[in-house]
Amino acid sequence: MREYFHGLMPVCRKEMLHIQRDPGTLFFALLFPMLQLFLFGFAVDTNIRQIPTVVLDESRTQESRRLLQSFASSDVFDLKLAVNSPDAMYEAIQSGRASVGIRIPTDYARTLQQGTSATVLLLVDGSDSSLAGQAVNTATGVTLRQSLLRVLPDGKMPIDVRPSVLYNPSTRSANFFVPGLIAILLQMMTILLVALSVVRERERGTLEQLQMTPVAPLGLMVGKMIPYGGLAFLELCAILAVMRVVFQVPIHGSLVLLLVMSLPFLLTVLGLGLLISSKARSQAEAFQLAMGTVLPSVFLSGYIFQIGNMPVFFRGVSQIIPATYYIRILRGIILRGAGIRELWLNAAVLTGMGCLALLLAARQFVRKSAS
Amino acid sequence: MTAVITADHLTIRFGSFTAVKDVSFSIERGEVFGFLGPNGSGKTTIIKALCGLLPPTEGGGTILGMDIRKDAAEIKRNIGYMSQKFGLYEDLTVAENIAFYAGVYGIKGAQAEQRKAEVLELTGIESYLNRRAGQLSGGWKQRLALACAIIHSPQVVFLDEPTAGIDPVARRALWDLLFRLSGQGVTFFVTTHYMDEAERCGRVGYIYLSELVAMGTVAELQQMPEASPQGTSRLQIRLPNPSSILGSLRGTAGVREATIFGSSLHALVDTDKIPALEAKFPAAQIETILPSLEDIFVTLTYKIMEKSR
Repeated sequence: MREYFHGLMPVCRKEMLHIQRDPGTLFFALLFPMLQLFLFGFAVDTNIRQIPTVVLDESRTQESRRLLQSFASSDVFDLKLAVNSPDAMYEAIQSGRASVGIRIPTDYARTLQQGTSATVLLLVDGSDSSLAGQAVNTATGVTLRQSLLRVLPDGKMPIDVRPSVLYNPSTRSANFFVPGLIAILLQMMTILLVALSVVRERERGTLEQLQMTPVAPLGLMVGKMIPYGGLAFLELCAILAVMRVVFQVPIHGSLVLLLVMSLPFLLTVLGLGLLISSKARSQAEAFQLAMGTVLPSVFLSGYIFQIGNMPVFFRGVSQIIPATYYIRILRGIILRGAGIRELWLNAAVLTGMGCLALLLAARQFVRKSAS
Repeated sequence: MTAVITADHLTIRFGSFTAVKDVSFSIERGEVFGFLGPNGSGKTTIIKALCGLLPPTEGGGTILGMDIRKDAAEIKRNIGYMSQKFGLYEDLTVAENIAFYAGVYGIKGAQAEQRKAEVLELTGIESYLNRRAGQLSGGWKQRLALACAIIHSPQVVFLDEPTAGIDPVARRALWDLLFRLSGQGVTFFVTTHYMDEAERCGRVGYIYLSELVAMGTVAELQQMPEASPQGTSRLQIRLPNPSSILGSLRGTAGVREATIFGSSLHALVDTDKIPALEAKFPAAQIETILPSLEDIFVTLTYKIMEKSR
């Protein structure tokens, strides 16, 4: 067994020296994910609030003002513009000054009093589909409520919904996105660091030299994994601290469990980095391959889009993306306080993937050395 | 005498390309063996095969009695290897590079300290211990690379073009080192492009188009019938302005090869045509010489090129 890992300690020690000697790389490797965390953590907010709205009130009655008032109090619409003509309303939407237009016709109050159906026009800019959906839903809800209040004499609703959002009561986007972001940032940083460290050796000819020594492939690979895995682990701790302190995302579950269950993911991305390094001939190529793993992990891991809503094929693809499992672990522990009983399978799959990647990389390394 | 490196009908193919074709040789303990050949002729491939990195397609070989097909791991523990690229970590210091390779070869504790002291003494690199390898000159990098390659006291050391791009003083220093070690029984397998280096070697092999076309001491090679064909003589022709007659010399009947060596010409001439040559160039001082290694290899190369045509 020992001989399979021959050279592990010297490689590990040497790799730490490389890290110390190149503080620039170290600095960027640690700082870059942190910058992105701040950037995306603050920028991404999927909750739609205060949509700029243009109003054309041709009725100018108490009734029309009451309707507009209920729109304004929904927090979804910001009635910031009032215009006097349909053309001006269209122009405001087209120019992008407003995304929604509400037009109340002249006969609004009169038709209401006659007891017949009054029409209100709602114009929605559909170029942002989630914004449009939210606007239509809220407007429908607001007008439905107003209609019911008119019909019901005592103003009492027959059904009173009391929504209670579990785990993220204020439905803050940061709570949902920052835990997922951890997976993406860790993956990018780790793959890149470890892949570049191997490819650099290939470029400088030291890898050729090592192949002539008794260093075993697994000794070399694991010797490189330990220091870079350690760096990634420190970065994880720093990111979690920022998440807790800056973004105020509480960790509902056990922090220790979270850290322990992060290790299988680190193993997997380190293995992926080694696999990439066995394919890449230059640092530029390694960089491109590493970046190539980022987009699938962003879009197909459930980080942004629900896996359940994907076509069957992509649902299958998401199952082979390591981030899918780690994001489940992260969200499970951080947001829902899940424990080992709910999450062990994800950790097991990641461990399997990591070992597979490591063995494949070691085999590639042996083959490559032959030619 | 014991053979420490042997190749036995060694053949290596990559797909349809034959990189090494039926190469056999045997190298004794303490020899400094020079291996010559143009780029791409198969020198590095043979080294890789002998170190157990590349399984031979046919044939086989041994290092220190170990089979290159089966005992790759054991072979790697007992050989040293140094390439033209040196394999040094430029951001690590001299001491750290040596310590790394000592660790890689599994040398520990007191033994490691003793070996470090020995290679430092041998290479004289002691005063640069804390300097980064990247800041050393080419010659010192080369000595450091050698120190790393022999830290585990290997009995066999492969040097793949160790002196490419190194100044003459450093080259000579390296060769002095090699001979000191070979005196202690270490066997060296050295590839080179430099004829003067090859001439220092005890024995020389010449590989061309994947085939070992000549092998022996310099004196043996000079007697090779292919290098000095029956009925021909190797001549040195001294003239005040040798370049002016090179063309007409090559055009003279019986002259097989002619080239300029500094202030004289070397030519391979049919022996019976020498009087005619003396008559044609009366001002020239003509004497018979032994062929240089370069003469031999050029003649051999021409022969093979003719045959393959």
